[in-house]
Amino acid sequence: MTVPKLRIAGLDKSFGTGERRTEVLRDINLDLADNEFVSLVGTSGCGKSTLLSIVAGLQDFDAGDLSIDGAPILQPGLDRGVVFQSYTLLPWLTARQNIEFALKAAGYDHTACREIALEHLDLVKLSQSADRYPSELSGGMKQRVAIARALSYRPKMLLMDEPFGALDALTRHQMQELLTQIWEEHRLTVLFVTHDVEEAVYLSDRIVVMGIGPGRIMQTFDVDIERPRREEVMETPAFMDLQRGVHKAIREASRRPEMA
Amino acid sequence: MSAEPPAKTNPARSAPGAAAKQARRRRSSGIGVPIARSRFLMIAVAVFVGLGLGWWAATGLEWVKPIFLPSPGSVATQIAKLATDGTLWLDLTASAYRISIGFLIASALSIPIGVLIGSFRSWEAAIEPLVDFIRYMPVVAFVPLSILWAGTGDTQKFLIIFIGTFFQQVLMIMDNVKRVPADFIGLGRTLGLPDRKILTRIVVPSALPGIWDTLRISLGWAWTWLVLAELVAATSGLGYRITVSQRYFQTNTIIGYILLLGVLGLITDQVMKALEKVLFRQDGHSQ
Repeated sequence: MTVPKLRIAGLDKSFGTGERRTEVLRDINLDLADNEFVSLVGTSGCGKSTLLSIVAGLQDFDAGDLSIDGAPILQPGLDRGVVFQSYTLLPWLTARQNIEFALKAAGYDHTACREIALEHLDLVKLSQSADRYPSELSGGMKQRVAIARALSYRPKMLLMDEPFGALDALTRHQMQELLTQIWEEHRLTVLFVTHDVEEAVYLSDRIVVMGIGPGRIMQTFDVDIERPRREEVMETPAFMDLQRGVHKAIREASRRPEMA
Repeated sequence: MSAEPPAKTNPARSAPGAAAKQARRRRSSGIGVPIARSRFLMIAVAVFVGLGLGWWAATGLEWVKPIFLPSPGSVATQIAKLATDGTLWLDLTASAYRISIGFLIASALSIPIGVLIGSFRSWEAAIEPLVDFIRYMPVVAFVPLSILWAGTGDTQKFLIIFIGTFFQQVLMIMDNVKRVPADFIGLGRTLGLPDRKILTRIVVPSALPGIWDTLRISLGWAWTWLVLAELVAATSGLGYRITVSQRYFQTNTIIGYILLLGVLGLITDQVMKALEKVLFRQDGHSQ
């Protein structure tokens, strides 16, 4: 019996109080194994982003248990790297300085900061843009810096909230390929929120389908597609079958349960 | 520059719709339609020249009496005279000193308080409604009180400039701070930074371009409050000279000083804008 990397057990969450109280998440149970890549999918309003935000420690929850390596999660921390949909690069810092900002917060000394920052810019293929400001970078490049930043201080796991949602289709594909490559080489536990089923199948080891009213886990799919995965894999029958299956599950899950 | 260059529209592709293209090209006005910079400048200059000519004609042809509206030439010679005998310089330095100190005191207090109430809800509850209430009290009504409290010296000028700018600044800076993206603060928290560091390393730098803009706008208002204070009770300064000139029917001095105040306001505004470009050059086009 090994302790899971991330354990979510019996988690409930609601917004508001009294009459206006709405239940957002009910009885969420989910374990992530070490180095497992898990995607949360579902229609908007199923609470997938809220769940991610709770794991990040940015939101409270009402009941349940939440732990990393067996230690309960009480607040945000450097053990979880977060990549937001809105890039969140600080505009007054260059790409390199944005990564150094995180490393400095993590307690690295000056020379180490610089070295690690450049190394991670290289990882996301942005060495040439180290001294550019975010306003001089495209959306895809900004998100690559944000990913490099989240990886740089070696968190125990990575939380990604629709990181490619704001990108155009072509850039999104490039980013998915890059992320798969990095992940296959370096391995890390990842919790990934998306509404793009193709993206979920391409990236994940396991896909968790969430339903609405209140948000809960409806179904889980294991993705038994061999790695390393390259873009061509999306054309294979196995890939497309799974994609269809997940789509169907989302459709069923988003049908509102009997009106109370 | 960028790795993913924007798709260029190929002009050859739209060749078939020649008529449509012509119609499109002719569209040089309408809501939000951009115009060339040279055209913009030309129109702007034409308005100034036109008004100047109108003024010159109205006085030259004696449509109005010089005591109500003196000629541009008369205003220019009068200002030149005051400049050479040193009066203008004394008025200018007295006013510049008052606006600098008054504005600095207001800003030095409004920035920390604005950041505080923009970041913490309890502080907002304690201060925002009060400030909101005070800012609706007309500054003009404080002038008699300010004289009672502070006499007619420089302190009273500082006080009026302070009352006129501080309360507006606080609320605008609060807004600047609230506009810092929530995810920026989320980022700080996920990096394990304590509130104090999130404030100094993320919130303040992020709000700074907005705060600078608030300072620029409120500096424009400060000129108005300065002149108001000087009009009522002073023994020097631009506003004082305007009141004195009224007593002696020196309309040319009054108009010259009013124009000068306009130019001074314009210059300070342009200086602030130029500094903004230097200080925040990488921020501007980020959104």
